Amino acid sequence: MGGEPAEPEGGHVIQAHIRKHFRASRESAAFTLDVGFEAGPGVCVLFGPSGAGKTLTLDCIAGFTRPSEGRIVLDGTVLFDGARGIDLRPQERRCGYVFQNYALFPHMSLRENLEFAAERLPKLERHRRVSETLERFRLTEVAGRRPHELSGGQKQRCSIARALLAAPRILLLDEPARGLDQSLRAELYSTLRQVRQAFGTPVLLVTHDLDECFELGDEMMVISEGAMVQHGTPRSVLQQPATVDVARLLGLFNLLPVEIKALDPSRNVSRLAFGEFELTGPYLPGRLLGDRVSVFVRPEHVLAAPRDGRPGGNQIAATLERAAERAETVRLEFAGGLAAVVPRSDYERHRHSRDWVLEVPPQFLRVI
Amino acid sequence: MILRMSVDWFPLWLSLRVAVLSTLLSVAVGVGLAYVLANRDFRGKEALDAVLSLPLVLPPTVLGYYLLVLVGRESFPGRIYEWIFGQPLVFTWQAAVLAAFLHSAPLLIKSARAALETVDHSFERAARTLGANETVIFFRITLPLVVRPVLAGTALAFARSLGDFGVTIMLAGNIPGRTQTIAVAIYDAVEAGNGAVARALVLAVSAIALVVLWVANRLSPRAAT
Repeated sequence: MGGEPAEPEGGHVIQAHIRKHFRASRESAAFTLDVGFEAGPGVCVLFGPSGAGKTLTLDCIAGFTRPSEGRIVLDGTVLFDGARGIDLRPQERRCGYVFQNYALFPHMSLRENLEFAAERLPKLERHRRVSETLERFRLTEVAGRRPHELSGGQKQRCSIARALLAAPRILLLDEPARGLDQSLRAELYSTLRQVRQAFGTPVLLVTHDLDECFELGDEMMVISEGAMVQHGTPRSVLQQPATVDVARLLGLFNLLPVEIKALDPSRNVSRLAFGEFELTGPYLPGRLLGDRVSVFVRPEHVLAAPRDGRPGGNQIAATLERAAERAETVRLEFAGGLAAVVPRSDYERHRHSRDWVLEVPPQFLRVI
Repeated sequence: MILRMSVDWFPLWLSLRVAVLSTLLSVAVGVGLAYVLANRDFRGKEALDAVLSLPLVLPPTVLGYYLLVLVGRESFPGRIYEWIFGQPLVFTWQAAVLAAFLHSAPLLIKSARAALETVDHSFERAARTLGANETVIFFRITLPLVVRPVLAGTALAFARSLGDFGVTIMLAGNIPGRTQTIAVAIYDAVEAGNGAVARALVLAVSAIALVVLWVANRLSPRAAT
């Protein structure tokens, strides 16, 4: 394993099919991780709730946990192949891993931490690379300090720098922003954006923070209960969640179970019944009359007004439960899991109304 | 009269030599065993732990009896030893080392295992992803992280091997000038009504034990930095 950044043809790519079973035990129920994906250079976010198997996926790639079956190939090197009995040790995999707690060696100075990662290089080269890295990650002034004498941001940068010094073919980050305040988060994101540009390696980042997906992710994979339920760009996932489950994970409100009443492909419309209310939506290909489907609309797209008479077309009557004030908008949450975001001025005028009408513009209705 | 009386300090020097050697042996074997107990999962692990802890609770004479049976001149290990070194193990000062080792190693294993179990495995994992082999990781990551509690355990093991009486007298006997350690010598002096000698040896042992415990306490409360 050399220190020079190897540049294989076609960039760095990881292909993984991982299955891992856990039998039920006294402490935990049975669990099966079953994910398959391919990722190239850029940041791919593993998104999902706690216990979904995100970190386990990273651990299988890094070689800390042996999958029950599957195959993991990184840049043409087979890291694991259950069928052929290949299981490289973590030392041979060249996976950079940034731990949640940074895992900086507490008995070594920051410089020694970095030197440990560059040990395979000849002495002069090692010294040059470590000094360069310290400079690049703005750590030169604190190079002699032990980890416990560093700020959170410095520890964060050091752990990423250390992982990169070993010239990994992939960078794995386990919830790197967990427990960081806003400013440290912003710092981390800018560091990671630089890393993405400077190193042509795939970056797999585990998080359960949706904003982080959008901040950093070129792609996102939604993992739930051990299975990958959706894979795409964060924008496409948010616009078109594959399942109701994904929509819930994304924290999407306004999931409406509806029945299809009419379909008109020529005018590209459909008529949907949501309880007693009628909605007009876009034509739904591949669906039949009477099908029950879920549609959703982002709270930002819902028009809300105090109720005044019977709801008309594409309107739903709703009872206000909670109003969450933000800097410029107010998020209104209604009974039945409905929500709307309205400008603050609108809300100020009607803040005493309990009964509201929500209008769903047909073009913003999405079917799951 | 007490000032003019000469005390034979041989038992003290012998005990110190025995304690140093048995402690070195304890560290080498004990830390290794503790590492296995803390990091590996295998069947009978807790049974092994129980057997290793037995010397802490068994009467020293019982332990000494087992050892006599195990390494006596008639036993297989005893004969192997005699064949290699040309003399039997029992009733030599080397037997006192073995006695002190068995008496004190469990203490070290217990404290080293407890310390090793608190080591956050992400340090070792991080070192693996950086390409370090397991030997390097053990000596440069794991061991430095537990060096203080392990040294504290070592100090306790040293103090304990200095003071062993029962196992030593069963296995090494009480041969003045050859196998008579300080604890045995004190017993001997008291038996013979030699109060002055007993007092001198008792004070020496107490002083050493106090210093060692002070060192152990200085080491143990703070975690590895």
